[in-house]
Amino acid sequence: MKLLQLKQIEKVFYQGTPDEKKAIQGLSLTLNEGDFVTVIGSNGAGKSTLLNMVAGVLFPDEGMISIDDKNVTFVPEHKRAKWIGRVFQDPMAGTAPNMSIEENLALALGRTNKRGLRRGVSSNRKKEFQQTLTDLNVGLANRLHTKVGLLSGGERQALSLLMATFTEPRLLLLDEHTAALDPARAEHITNITQDVIRENNLTTLMVTHDMEQALQMGNRLVMMDEGQIIFEANEEEKRQMSVQDLVEKFQQIRGKALADDKTLLHK
Amino acid sequence: MVSALFGAMESGLIYAIMALGVYLTFRILDFPDLTVDGSFVTGGAVTSVMIVSGISPVLATIAGGAAGFLAGCVTGLLHTKGKINSLLAGILMMIALYSINLRIMGRPNIPLLNETTALNQGRSLWDAMQLDSIISSPLKAIGLSSFLPTSFFILVSIGIVVIIVKKALDWFLHTDNGLALRATGDNAKMVKSFSANTSNYVIFGLGLSNALVAFSGSLIVQYNGFADVGLGIGMIIVGLASVIIGEGIFGKKSIARTTLAVVLGAIVYRVILAVAMQLEFVKASDLKLITAIIVTGALVLPNMWSSWRERSERMKKQKAMQQSLDEERRNEVATAQTD
Ligand SMILES: Nc1ncnc2c1ncn2[C@@H]1O[C@H](COP(=O)(O)OP(=O)(O)OP(=O)(O)O)[C@@H](O)[C@H]1O
Ligand SMILES: [Mg+2]
Repeated sequence: MKLLQLKQIEKVFYQGTPDEKKAIQGLSLTLNEGDFVTVIGSNGAGKSTLLNMVAGVLFPDEGMISIDDKNVTFVPEHKRAKWIGRVFQDPMAGTAPNMSIEENLALALGRTNKRGLRRGVSSNRKKEFQQTLTDLNVGLANRLHTKVGLLSGGERQALSLLMATFTEPRLLLLDEHTAALDPARAEHITNITQDVIRENNLTTLMVTHDMEQALQMGNRLVMMDEGQIIFEANEEEKRQMSVQDLVEKFQQIRGKALADDKTLLHK
Repeated sequence: MVSALFGAMESGLIYAIMALGVYLTFRILDFPDLTVDGSFVTGGAVTSVMIVSGISPVLATIAGGAAGFLAGCVTGLLHTKGKINSLLAGILMMIALYSINLRIMGRPNIPLLNETTALNQGRSLWDAMQLDSIISSPLKAIGLSSFLPTSFFILVSIGIVVIIVKKALDWFLHTDNGLALRATGDNAKMVKSFSANTSNYVIFGLGLSNALVAFSGSLIVQYNGFADVGLGIGMIIVGLASVIIGEGIFGKKSIARTTLAVVLGAIVYRVILAVAMQLEFVKASDLKLITAIIVTGALVLPNMWSSWRERSERMKKQKAMQQSLDEERRNEVATAQTD
């Protein structure tokens, strides 16, 4: 079943000025239920812009976006969030630093439950949170009262991931959510990500600059450049490919080298 | 002196409600809202006009608060829908309210001395129950009679109101909606991704804050016995002073702790002011200057105090380290000599 559909999306920044920038050009993409698509591409390829339009942070100039066959092209972010869980690149971005872990989790419950005047952190919820955090196994289970601002980047990303997923969104959007972490932490978060997605069978769109990771994770791969999808690989093709193949593919299609400073630094 | 101190505590309690409103915008919503100077008067204006025209004073007080709520919501709309910078939105509303308040009042000053206010009504009930003698007799018995005020009515009744407001605010800020409101001030981008309409929370938060401010203004007018269109000048600074002094002295570990600190801060501020006014060379016109000095002190002193403590801590460590170095040195010399 089709879960997310993007049809002929166009997005231009600073239209009609010398700074005009075509960020997305005629992009179409369909995710079926249960799909886990990894997205790679050079800097400025439009990956974040794409995710922002799916999330409703930005609206496309042309084209249509639908979730579960509902046209959501111009549905504002806070209304669309009911179906979408998100984790950002910046560990600071996904949590409220001056609120405790349990308060952040209670807030995240509000994504699907209508907010009223019930106590946010009730004793029932507290027990649930404790259990979920224990299952997550990142050493946060006994720190429910800790202010999130005091957590390390890795701990925050783990919490962000939990907050985005424990209410089982229809669609999970990850934008380089391990990029700001050191290699060991990044790997840890990657593992948790994989577990969470598998357990809840979440339909996922994940941007990464780590091509190795893009090949290993998920069942589909999408390569972007200059606002377009220039190459797609399904599960079978993905399994056959190496990072080297990807780099060559890019060169062959675009006639230039894949320029991603983060990727270069990585290899 | 005693009566001045009690007076300071009484008005401090009333201003504490305003300070809680300021806390809500400045600290919780992270929105420096200057509407306060106007909405404080709006509360008093609406209440006094209604009282003068014979409407029940309790109803008039509630209406005063509601008027403040509306004023705050307008500031919120200017900011969220009109995309006006937060400071500017507050200032615009503040000067607009100056004219609106004059319109409401019809003249710059309304005396209430001969009217029945909510406080008068409460006081007659209080006197009928002879509560003052019940409170003061044990205090007199232990020899405190010269330190007693003429009546405990304001302290007790407004004290109860303040406690109710504080508790209600604590409660609200822990509900699902309260959490979303707090998160809006903490990380707006993030709350949006969790289905919260941040604009609505900003508008409501500003409304609630200014409702408290106007409620406080309404009580002050009834306490003073007159409404004046200039009553709100510098009110935002008084509110900020209360928040800063309170947090500085009494801490801000949790929401409940901070709201208590803000209430106590408002009282401390009034007491400091009352003490300053008792000084020989201080004139009534120095009031605003003293306010500025108190706020500056509240902002600067805690920092100076903590950096001074850090430094003395470091000095101590430095000394200890040097001692252990000296010790090592002596031991080395000693072993060298025994060799
Ligand atoms: N809000 C914006 N206003 C103006 N230009 C923007 C905006 N967001 C993105 N752009 C531009 O659109 C292009 C695509 O940006 P985008 O952030 O989507 O790239 P990306 O693929 O995520 O790159 P990176 O790998 O560096 O994160 C870039 O040229 C960028 O400068
Ligand atoms: Mg990006």
